[in-house]
Amino acid sequence: MLEIRNLNYTVKDERGKADILKNINLDIEAGKFVVITGPNGSGKTSLAKAIMGLIPGESGEITGSIKYNGQELTGLGVTGRARLGISYGFQQPPRFKGMQVTDLLSIAAGKILKRDEHCALLSQVGLCTDDYLKREIDTSLSGGELKRIEIATLLARDVSLMIFDEPEAGIDLWSFSKLTETFKIIHKQKKETTIIIISHQERIIKLADEIILVSAGAITKRGSVEEVLPLIMNETVSDCVYLGGAVNE
Amino acid sequence: MNDIEKNLLLQVADLHDVPMGAYNIREDGALHSRQSTESIEIITKKDKPGIDIRIKPGTKNESVHIPVLITRTGYSEMVYNDFFIGEDSDVLIVAGCGIHNGGCETSQHDGIHTFYLGKNARIKYVEKHYGEGSGTGERIMNPQTVVYMEEGSYIEMETVQIKGVDSTKRHTKIEAAAGCEILITEKLMTHDKQTAVSEMDVLLEGEGSRARVISRSVAQDESEQTFYPRVKGMSDCFGHVQCDSIIMHNAKVRSIPEISANHVNAQLIHEAAIGKIAGDQLLKLMTLGLSEEEAEERILSGFLK
Ligand SMILES: Nc1ncnc2c1ncn2[C@@H]1O[C@H](COP(=O)(O)OP(=O)(O)O)[C@@H](O)[C@H]1O
Ligand SMILES: [Mg+2]
Repeated sequence: MLEIRNLNYTVKDERGKADILKNINLDIEAGKFVVITGPNGSGKTSLAKAIMGLIPGESGEITGSIKYNGQELTGLGVTGRARLGISYGFQQPPRFKGMQVTDLLSIAAGKILKRDEHCALLSQVGLCTDDYLKREIDTSLSGGELKRIEIATLLARDVSLMIFDEPEAGIDLWSFSKLTETFKIIHKQKKETTIIIISHQERIIKLADEIILVSAGAITKRGSVEEVLPLIMNETVSDCVYLGGAVNE
Repeated sequence: MNDIEKNLLLQVADLHDVPMGAYNIREDGALHSRQSTESIEIITKKDKPGIDIRIKPGTKNESVHIPVLITRTGYSEMVYNDFFIGEDSDVLIVAGCGIHNGGCETSQHDGIHTFYLGKNARIKYVEKHYGEGSGTGERIMNPQTVVYMEEGSYIEMETVQIKGVDSTKRHTKIEAAAGCEILITEKLMTHDKQTAVSEMDVLLEGEGSRARVISRSVAQDESEQTFYPRVKGMSDCFGHVQCDSIIMHNAKVRSIPEISANHVNAQLIHEAAIGKIAGDQLLKLMTLGLSEEEAEERILSGFLK
């Protein structure tokens, strides 16, 4: 169970102060599949990073409370939160010169994985394994490949809260189908695992138990797919529909 | 062998005991043990310290280990080892030097390794340097490697210095004839007040010769590193130099790659980068449950792998 109370995140910018997150209150029960959606710059990544503890103190001020399974996360570092079972797949994952895919997956799993274990993980994200096991996580990987390896690092861990930040970005259609299938399977098989996906994709949104709409740093709507999807389909922000139709945009 | 000697051997040659195949173990200037084989002959030089290693043409799938161990404080040496690699052979050569200095005087190993590669010969040459010991005496290693390559020959050279060498000056010089291929990977980590200088001169003389130089280093604490990888193209050839350094604490790193072309079809590239560990790399590994220190260690070991 994730409980967020009066969460505010303010940064200093050229114009003085900017409120990135404004009084967020949110409860997500264990085992739920939730999609967070909203326009670019609305604060979705900031919210995810606040949960994972990834916002450094010097970049702004965070107030309010985030509890996970009853435990207050404020004051706990990234490592501590990770060890409580929280995980976050970066919107823009870093690259590691010299480190191989198998190294990173083994770090994620907390043990040296066997070949077939690597293969199982990579096939869940639609990567043909033999080609990738020994690849270095450097600039030789495309954005979409990097993104899928990032997702595999979460699948390698035994966690109870998974937050994926725009997992569809840069991924081709075929792999995207594989990925949505994987999310579906995790949700079905791991009954206690909470899944939060930040996404603009209709096909991912349709998988969710609940949709949360974020706009200008605040939660503006929560509800079932049936309730919220028609709203976002119609909604325009500065005359632009933000919801992505195609995957490779 | 005692435990100190055994550990040095493990560090510089990945050996738990005397190796298979041909070997020559030198300790504090004296011959510890040696074995020649049918096709690899090791002979002591008569005019100066060192050995000649003669590999018969066509020798395949064999290895030569020639580790040097120094355990006596204050011991310094200059060693000349010459390798004659016969045509069409394909061998692994593992050199390396381990210094255990438990005293207060400087221990130093200087060595010149000269390779003569026959036509179409292939070698993998691995050289590891390692220092240890609680004494205040410095541990110094100055290796020189000179390689003369005949047509169609191949060298893969891997040099590794990860720990405990206070001062090192390395010079590698390679001359490549037509169709030769060179792959050099250099891995270096310095810490405390260590200094390291690595110079490299790769001369691509022959048509179709190719060289790749990959240098990765980590400079910690107050240590200083300087790199001068130079590749010169004299013909229709290809050369690529890639230097990457991670800088930490108060270390200093200089990287001065040079490529020079004396032929219109010489294609030469260099890339050099110095930077600290990226913050998002640390954070990513921390989201996988590692502490910051563990994350740093994994990033460095991946980088130097
Ligand atoms: N450290 C920061 N300093 C200044 N502005 C920031 C900082 N972090 C995020 N922002 C701003 O906050 C807004 C929300 O960003 P983000 O959470 O990445 O949005 P989203 O993920 O919804 O696209 C953006 O306008 C972004 O520029
Ligand atoms: Mg975002």
